[in-house]
Amino acid sequence: MKRLFAVTASALALSAAPVAAQDFVIADATLVTGDGSEPIADGVVMVDDGKVVYAGPRSGAGEFSTDRVLIVDGAYVTPGLFATLTTLGLWDVGAVSESNDQRAGGAPFSAALDTAPIVNPSSQHILVHRAAGVTRAATSTMPSGSIFAGQGAIIDLDGDANPVMRERAFQMVALGEGGARLSGGSRASAHVLLRAALREAQALSGARGTPQTTEIAIDDEVLLGRFDAEALVPVVSGQQPLYVAVERASDIRATLALREDFPRLDMVLVGAGEGWLVADAIAAAGVPVIADALDDLPESFEVLAATQSNIGRMVRAGVKVAISANSGTNPRNINQAAGNLVALNQIPGAAGLSWGQAFAAISSIPASISGYDGQAGVLAPGAMGDVVIWDGDPLEVGSVPTRVFIGGVEQSLESHQSRLRERYRDLDESDLPKAYDW
Amino acid sequence: MARELRFGVSEKTGWSSLVAIGSALALAACATTGTANAASDDDDAPRYAAATEDEGPFPSTYSAYPGRPTALVGATVFDGAGGMIANGTVLFRDGKVVEVGGSDLSTEGYDVIDGTGKFVTPGIIDIHSHLGDYPTPSVQAHNDGNEATSPTTPEVWAEHSVWPQDPGFSRALANGGITSLQILPGSANLMGGRTVTLKNVPSRTVQGMKFPGAPYGFKMACGENPKRVYGGRGRAPSTRMGNFAYNRQTWLDAIDYANKDDPDRDLAMETLVGVLDGDILVHNHCYRADEMALVMDMAKEMGYRVTAFHHAVEAYKIGDLLRENEVCSAIWADWYGFKMEAYDGILENAALLQQAGACVVIHSDSENDIQRLNQEAAKAQAAGIRMGIDLPDADVISWITLNAAKAMGIDDMTGSLEPGKMADVVLWNGDPLSVYSRPERVWVDGALLYDANDRSRRPVSDFELGQPGEGDVK
Repeated sequence: MKRLFAVTASALALSAAPVAAQDFVIADATLVTGDGSEPIADGVVMVDDGKVVYAGPRSGAGEFSTDRVLIVDGAYVTPGLFATLTTLGLWDVGAVSESNDQRAGGAPFSAALDTAPIVNPSSQHILVHRAAGVTRAATSTMPSGSIFAGQGAIIDLDGDANPVMRERAFQMVALGEGGARLSGGSRASAHVLLRAALREAQALSGARGTPQTTEIAIDDEVLLGRFDAEALVPVVSGQQPLYVAVERASDIRATLALREDFPRLDMVLVGAGEGWLVADAIAAAGVPVIADALDDLPESFEVLAATQSNIGRMVRAGVKVAISANSGTNPRNINQAAGNLVALNQIPGAAGLSWGQAFAAISSIPASISGYDGQAGVLAPGAMGDVVIWDGDPLEVGSVPTRVFIGGVEQSLESHQSRLRERYRDLDESDLPKAYDW
Repeated sequence: MARELRFGVSEKTGWSSLVAIGSALALAACATTGTANAASDDDDAPRYAAATEDEGPFPSTYSAYPGRPTALVGATVFDGAGGMIANGTVLFRDGKVVEVGGSDLSTEGYDVIDGTGKFVTPGIIDIHSHLGDYPTPSVQAHNDGNEATSPTTPEVWAEHSVWPQDPGFSRALANGGITSLQILPGSANLMGGRTVTLKNVPSRTVQGMKFPGAPYGFKMACGENPKRVYGGRGRAPSTRMGNFAYNRQTWLDAIDYANKDDPDRDLAMETLVGVLDGDILVHNHCYRADEMALVMDMAKEMGYRVTAFHHAVEAYKIGDLLRENEVCSAIWADWYGFKMEAYDGILENAALLQQAGACVVIHSDSENDIQRLNQEAAKAQAAGIRMGIDLPDADVISWITLNAAKAMGIDDMTGSLEPGKMADVVLWNGDPLSVYSRPERVWVDGALLYDANDRSRRPVSDFELGQPGEGDVK
């Protein structure tokens, strides 16, 4: 039976039945909407039929009929985190090659590779990251045999049979040092390969020239084949975003200049470790960036200027920047990365983000870059009902979700890790071995 | 006979005529004294002799930089030994901690720094770093951490690979408050070589960083890495059982060597004998619980001690064994899944070990995470608290200070704020167990080597000069 949630109601009680209801109200929240604004005290979120119908101060909430009311006593309530750019669902164990589909270096395909059919919604990493508050992600194979990584997908982490929200959502290409190595040893070869591939795609689309469909190969390694060229048709026509992995300031400039020859390219910079040096140019080009938050070492000669202030400086210049989730094996730590950028505000000379900006950089901004502006990573009317209730400040180290909803459906927070935790809560084997404790 | 053989080795270097004379003298001396142990007789001293281990080759040249007598007042003080003082006072001068106490301590004669709203900890210590031996930029020419040409290389010393211009040292200081760290060889080999403990002070030479009086460590590695590296080349070891066979035989050889009265010098064996003697501390990379249990038995069999297991992601499964054997676990907060033996990594590892009464150290193994060991410790703490384990902040700070110092054998000198200890001190601009806090000032032996509010107290390595971002806030 549905009850009426009224903003003045004093007798609100928790629903006893933990069913996966499609409509619910969360009240007395420290509400984070994800749009870059600061948290709101005494916030209310209403979700109906898997969508947010209201998120804001209690004073602005209308009446809403539901059998599920969650009074959270001031807990932080946020949109689900949106992780980009990840390999979630593409591997089990990094060093176990049989279980790892991140790289297809031995394949005769590159741009044609398609992530969508290979996402495993039961991957432990999906379970672990869901329990860390990540509800949606961009996931993709990585550049390996050629400069083209293949076509990434946007996924949800609800573990059902259909993890893919959008297949072939973006293409990725490596320029810079990585692209140079993959294309024959020089940035020059990477640029020629990219331009040749885009020209071939233009020809295939009938826009310019005659299709040659000539295979480009080094020895027996195919750098670009016919299927790859075909896969680039939506890139060159601007229908599919092109993520360009590039770090050095000069490489960023050369990337932005691609539009002189291919004006429809819808580019996103991935990495941009020296982005702050060319922030004005990036902002003027209107190209968004997915950047590592905490890189501050000259790991290579293309990131000599690396600093944790990179993102803050780009944001100040007007660049749209998402915090990358592609660092190490733990994209679940994007909230820690975001928190660190808030900490920078206390360091003279450093450029950090406000709390609201930092949270947006792991929620609404990556969602927007992924094509879900206003639909994911935010709590606003019409947005997906991805809601996370936290046990503390979500950007603070150690904070974790207590409840996670994806599309209005409450999710299990269990995983291999939580089961191990429970088994080894004690080491008592006086009655039976640990193998019977499950 | 040993001495003659030693000359025989020298002969290959082209000093044959001198060697011939030396040999003749040595033989004559033996004949005269009628004893094989001629070294004690000056007349019988060999003409050529390397400095011995006991004479301390490659000695530390570090000495403390000048500092002001300093009183930190009004801050919350974590002493590293499990103590916490609200509104505390920390006094140090001449490179040493003088006194730690409450607001009633006299600060006369000290420069007073107001720490109201701030926190003080001992300098943070990373027990597992490859700074300098895998420095940035991470180019092939800098891969100096694994002498991966033999499964056992006890003869190599990490300090001979350390590039003191690695920019990573400065980031660890400024963002992580790291004042001491152990640099280890990598884990390609079963026996990777000697570790070196450094003070985190910029220096032209590694000797200028070496921690005076710190014992050497010895890096060993279990599991996947050695068997993959060597098995992949079609040679032993290619299995875990091969790993153990190789290790045990090497220890037996070392025991034989140690039992000889006057053996030829052998750098590998000297390190292993140092372990058997208890002078060199074993730091054993080992992920799986069952393998750690086997290693502890191997140590008993061969008569040495394991001081710490590093990367021990499954330590929580054998907290009881680790406690009984008094072996520390140096661990990450949350790394998991990147390799098969890391599949069972859980956030609660540290907390469950602490609950079992075993020794916990949080380590980095990363030029990035070394800048945030405090945050890693906080993550591990939070996971434990969630499952109902009592983990006071002051104990958690000891995971990255005194516990690390103990496992590195330097706890009588640093790791906690106690009178007479090195004034390795961090003033944090907030709670060090919060993501929002950073070191504001860092002192090493009482010398101010980082100050967030003073650009001139920001170290810049040679490599960074004239490069984009030189001297930038990092």
